[in-house]
Amino acid sequence: MSLSPISLVFRRCKKEKRPALLTYIVAGDPNKKKSLNILKSISENADILELGVGHSTPIADGGQIQTSSYRAIKNGFKMKDTFQIVKRYKKIKNSKPVILMGYYNMIYQYGENKFLKKCKQSGVSGLIVVDLPWPENKNFAKKCKKKSISFVQLLSPTTSRIRMKKIIKDSHEMCYYISMLSTTGGKLKVSPKKILENYNKIKKINKAKNIVIGFGITRKTIASLKKSDGLVIGSELCKGITDSIKNGHNPVKKLSLMVKSLKRRIV
Amino acid sequence: MKLKKGIPLIDQHDKNGLWGGKFGGNFIPETLKKPVEDLNILFEKLRKDKNFIKERDYYFKNWINTPTPFIKLENITKHLGGAQIWAKVVSELNGGAHKILNSTVHCLIAKRAGRKYIVGDTGAGYAGKMLSMSAKKFGLKCKIFMGAKDIKRQKPNVDAMKKNGAEIFPVYTGSQTLVDAVSECMRYWVANNDTTHLCVGSTVGPAVFIKICGWSTSQISRELKVQIKEEFGEIPSKLKLINCVGGGSSSYGFWNEFIDYDKKQIELIGVEAGGPKKSKKHAAPLTNNSKMGVLHGSMQYVIQNSDGQIEETESISAGLDYSGVSALHCFLKDVGRARYTSATDEEALEAYKLITKYENLNPSLEPSHAFSEACKIAPRLSNDTVIIVNSCGDAQKDRDILKKRLGRYK
Repeated sequence: MSLSPISLVFRRCKKEKRPALLTYIVAGDPNKKKSLNILKSISENADILELGVGHSTPIADGGQIQTSSYRAIKNGFKMKDTFQIVKRYKKIKNSKPVILMGYYNMIYQYGENKFLKKCKQSGVSGLIVVDLPWPENKNFAKKCKKKSISFVQLLSPTTSRIRMKKIIKDSHEMCYYISMLSTTGGKLKVSPKKILENYNKIKKINKAKNIVIGFGITRKTIASLKKSDGLVIGSELCKGITDSIKNGHNPVKKLSLMVKSLKRRIV
Repeated sequence: MKLKKGIPLIDQHDKNGLWGGKFGGNFIPETLKKPVEDLNILFEKLRKDKNFIKERDYYFKNWINTPTPFIKLENITKHLGGAQIWAKVVSELNGGAHKILNSTVHCLIAKRAGRKYIVGDTGAGYAGKMLSMSAKKFGLKCKIFMGAKDIKRQKPNVDAMKKNGAEIFPVYTGSQTLVDAVSECMRYWVANNDTTHLCVGSTVGPAVFIKICGWSTSQISRELKVQIKEEFGEIPSKLKLINCVGGGSSSYGFWNEFIDYDKKQIELIGVEAGGPKKSKKHAAPLTNNSKMGVLHGSMQYVIQNSDGQIEETESISAGLDYSGVSALHCFLKDVGRARYTSATDEEALEAYKLITKYENLNPSLEPSHAFSEACKIAPRLSNDTVIIVNSCGDAQKDRDILKKRLGRYK
């Protein structure tokens, strides 16, 4: 069986002895065109692109991502735009795997099957559904697998070891470890050392699974966590968009530079 | 999908916390899985613990003044003709509304869990005011999340919260009302569940919160059943229990003991907020057949657009101004046990005028919605029909709105 695009990324990064760099921005932020251009411009330095599907009642997102989501929705973002953006992005030469991240209601309203079909057609490689935890996500994760779309299970500091083992057993090629008790983008209130300790405990359960770490990671802290399979930067990038709008700068250029500098810190 | 007899509705869910296999559940981030499960285990243990029940009953009786009065509204009955109109004056509870039942139980649980902090959301400000009162009583530090729009329109309750030492966090996102306050409160709990107990202010949220709240407010119908039997010698053969429905905590508590009765004998009528007469916006997902969706961790009928974005609501009554509604009510609607309708802002105001003109009662805008329906149907019914309205809140908090809209308060 051939490796999935996500697995290939991790294999390549391991060869280069560095963590994969996962970026997160919200689809349609600040608008459809610019968000597509941001994806294109960060594609060179990012390894996997997470694309957030903005939701009006996000129960796990901090201020920066909320701001991005509300801005996208206010500027007319619709679910169908997500697929259009991905489809257009995937046409470029150096495109990277795209993971959609969002809340279950958006998928539920679209219809699970129709949603997965659209994902497949537009070239989505994986999904993170914030409020569909294990075991509630078992059926949906199976459907994803059938379509060769990776369903990314989340693990958190509150996940017990027994539960962790069960989740990892049902997981696909990648899991996402939430670094601390926080919404996205909170100040890192746990030391990188402690985070890596927890990370290593998870890795021991099954070394073959790729575990990425996210929540609260910034330019300042990213280097201290580079002994992991992958690192996700989201809120800082969303803030980058907000700041450049505020200062009348071009968010596309700004984000491209930010991701370039992030990459430099982990190679 | 069927109702079971002899089992409280709060316990008629499956292993995934779903009522009727589809409403409720736990659509929550992984970080909340364990705290929610821990709370569930603790709650199931405590509700079987005789000492805990004794403690609850002690505070219900001696601190929050249960049982509340059950009175006949003689003048309005005479004025309208037809059915007898009665009221269960739950607003006589300490603090002025039923929310004190839920907040007291939550504080007692938080104490048992060894928590020092308690957080909660509020719309009308009653849930927040009561939580601040209970927290003060039980020595817990209290934080309240409240929409910025609600802070403006429900100032008396905001003042009360501050007086009780609660810290208030204004929420500026979205419609700046209850739905956003609940989101922000849940986000806060995601980040602080290791030190903090969450009190969800209504029968909404992850399944365990629906259960705790319903278990707490059921005190209302436990009392009422005794009072009805004392008054009539038996349960009347034509009884209608009318309650406003926002999240659904007071109505569930008002109905719990009566759900097993045949609906031909006891009709349960829920009145949602229809919003301003000329506006398309409302807060009545059951009446207007909103689609199912996930809001705040729970599958329910919820006001949303075709994309699944939760839509803004509009109602004169902050306590009913919520896009979703309890999974318990979704279930009661689907099995046909309860009937749901709505009253507009104007109808609620008219009912308030009428009730305060004829009776020595000062219902807040929330139960005024229920009174509106009662006044609407009473004249068409026979005089052996007994209508009971849950007057679940006091209008003191609404004095600014009432002065503005009616030129008078009381």
